Amino acid sequence: MHLPTPVPAGYTGRSATLAGAALTRPALTLAEKLCARAAGAAVVRAGEIVTAAVDLAMIHDSGGPRRVGPMLAELGVGLWDPSKVVLISDHFVPAADAGSAAILDLTRKWAADNGVGAFHDMQGICHVVLPERGHLKPGMFVVGGDSHSTTGGAFGAFMIGIGATEMAGVLATGEIWVRVPPTIRLEWRGALGPGVVAKDMMLALCTRLGMDAGNYRAIEYAGPAIDAMTMDARMTLANMAAELGGKAGLIAPDETTVRWLAAHGTAPADGWRDWRTDDGADIEAAHVLDAGELSPQVAAPHSPANADDAGAFRSVRFDQAYIGACTGAKLTDLRMAAEVLRGRQVARGIRLLVAPASTRTTAAAAADGTLAALTEAGAILMPSGCGACAGYGAGVLADGEVCLSSTARNFKGRMGHPGSRVYLASPYTVAASAVAGEIADPREFLRETAA
Amino acid sequence: MSAAVTGRAWVFGDDVDTDALAPGQHMKDGIEALAAHCLESLDPDFAGRVAPGDIVVAGRNFGMGSSREQAAMALKELQVGAVVAESFARIFFRNAINLALPVLACREARTVAPGDRLRLDPPTGALVNETRGRTLACDPLPEHLLAMIADGGLLPHLKKRLKAAAA
Ligand code: SF4
Repeated sequence: MHLPTPVPAGYTGRSATLAGAALTRPALTLAEKLCARAAGAAVVRAGEIVTAAVDLAMIHDSGGPRRVGPMLAELGVGLWDPSKVVLISDHFVPAADAGSAAILDLTRKWAADNGVGAFHDMQGICHVVLPERGHLKPGMFVVGGDSHSTTGGAFGAFMIGIGATEMAGVLATGEIWVRVPPTIRLEWRGALGPGVVAKDMMLALCTRLGMDAGNYRAIEYAGPAIDAMTMDARMTLANMAAELGGKAGLIAPDETTVRWLAAHGTAPADGWRDWRTDDGADIEAAHVLDAGELSPQVAAPHSPANADDAGAFRSVRFDQAYIGACTGAKLTDLRMAAEVLRGRQVARGIRLLVAPASTRTTAAAAADGTLAALTEAGAILMPSGCGACAGYGAGVLADGEVCLSSTARNFKGRMGHPGSRVYLASPYTVAASAVAGEIADPREFLRETAA
Repeated sequence: MSAAVTGRAWVFGDDVDTDALAPGQHMKDGIEALAAHCLESLDPDFAGRVAPGDIVVAGRNFGMGSSREQAAMALKELQVGAVVAESFARIFFRNAINLALPVLACREARTVAPGDRLRLDPPTGALVNETRGRTLACDPLPEHLLAMIADGGLLPHLKKRLKAAAA
């Protein structure tokens, strides 16, 4: 269905012709190129409001069918294109009570009734399952009913988080209005030292730049330290662009991206090399950072922007260590933990919960011995899903309890009782601290492992 | 858009997050039950004592965090008349407009004290602080968003468009 679009003030899109502009196209940012493609325009510039045709809409059990179903019914329309909808049950899985079970049941029925073929039920966290199952490609314009939808930007797709009513509008029409975001470029020079990872970069960025530095903006990560990163690590950066307030967290696709896509049964469309910011494009701000100077970071309650070197938190005690979430439980995250835990034991009085990001993550970690290293050290293995990350599932905290977590957010009460406290860190730091019995710098453990 | 909003100010600081507005532990409950916990981690009295038309006033980056629309729905459920903040996190801002909850950015939001009597005129962005006898200027919303609020939010707005398209 195509609807007449309300024309917002400042709307200028769709005037240029595609053929003419290819020759004379000005230098553009990656965000501008991605928005232009979705708007059917040759050129759009930051600040313009355009109507974008959505390539893919991702919804989950919490913000999805139970919210959008009644709204579509009220509108009296079905899905604009069921083949462009991916539904993932991850927030309330596995059902911990009858209320959660009812939500999951409703989700399954809605998928069947609406012909949604791409329904991944209890297979892991949406932001990890989406690319893992080959749904994401460079150049796409994607909306997700979840704030960490920025994760998709790791693949050079423009992926933004939206709320449920907005999603109902997209599901009905296939379109959404967006203001083309200005770009903030974060250029990471140098190389990360041992034991220092993407999560540390993000906690340091939140603290240095602030939680709203990227509001209404595209955050673009670039530079040699990014080029050297695995897709898992890039996903952590794009994921936590949300903690900088970013509309999107973008990384230009490269050979690493293409290899990853191939390993997951898909390939980018021709011309993927153009999904990058042109030299000389107008960017709002650029920050140059040195990856080599960074130490493992820990963010104190109740904000990811409360970070300092892990060493500054030495002797801070906690009750629960959590390795989970789309941010911190992908295969390479679990391997970091295993590297530290192999041949060691979780300290007495501490419970280490590990919830792998997806069922495929669990299978791969079982195959390469990672899981055994974790469980032999005393880790408690949890189902794949959002779990304790947002306080929806199992593993939540009691009043006064303290948790050290590989997740993205430590807002007051997020992981359970409002009187609980959460520190954030990388999987390396969470695992090392779980062994030490207090917050520790993981590099000391890695040195011992190497020796 | 709807008439002026009049009520008392409930004042909060910077970075009020969506876990505070709609706590995860109550997300599986209906909106009425969820709203009873709205902002309880910052002010346990808020949900019980806020009156229809009252205005939530805050600092920077109001509504940061999750995309959960219940963050804005809970305020609507409690009949909060508007939110005035120095700035808003982008998903919350869109969610609120989509639900026809007026959200206005105001550089001078910090001059408002808890309990001040306020009168807000959403179309012009004029915020009269009757207690302090001064008028603050909020950034007016763009036309297309005012139109959406006037229609009662995105859903009624879409309904109108669908009808127009069918006619
Ligand atoms: S794991 Fe946590 S951050 Fe990721 S989607 Fe689930 S609730 Fe959100």
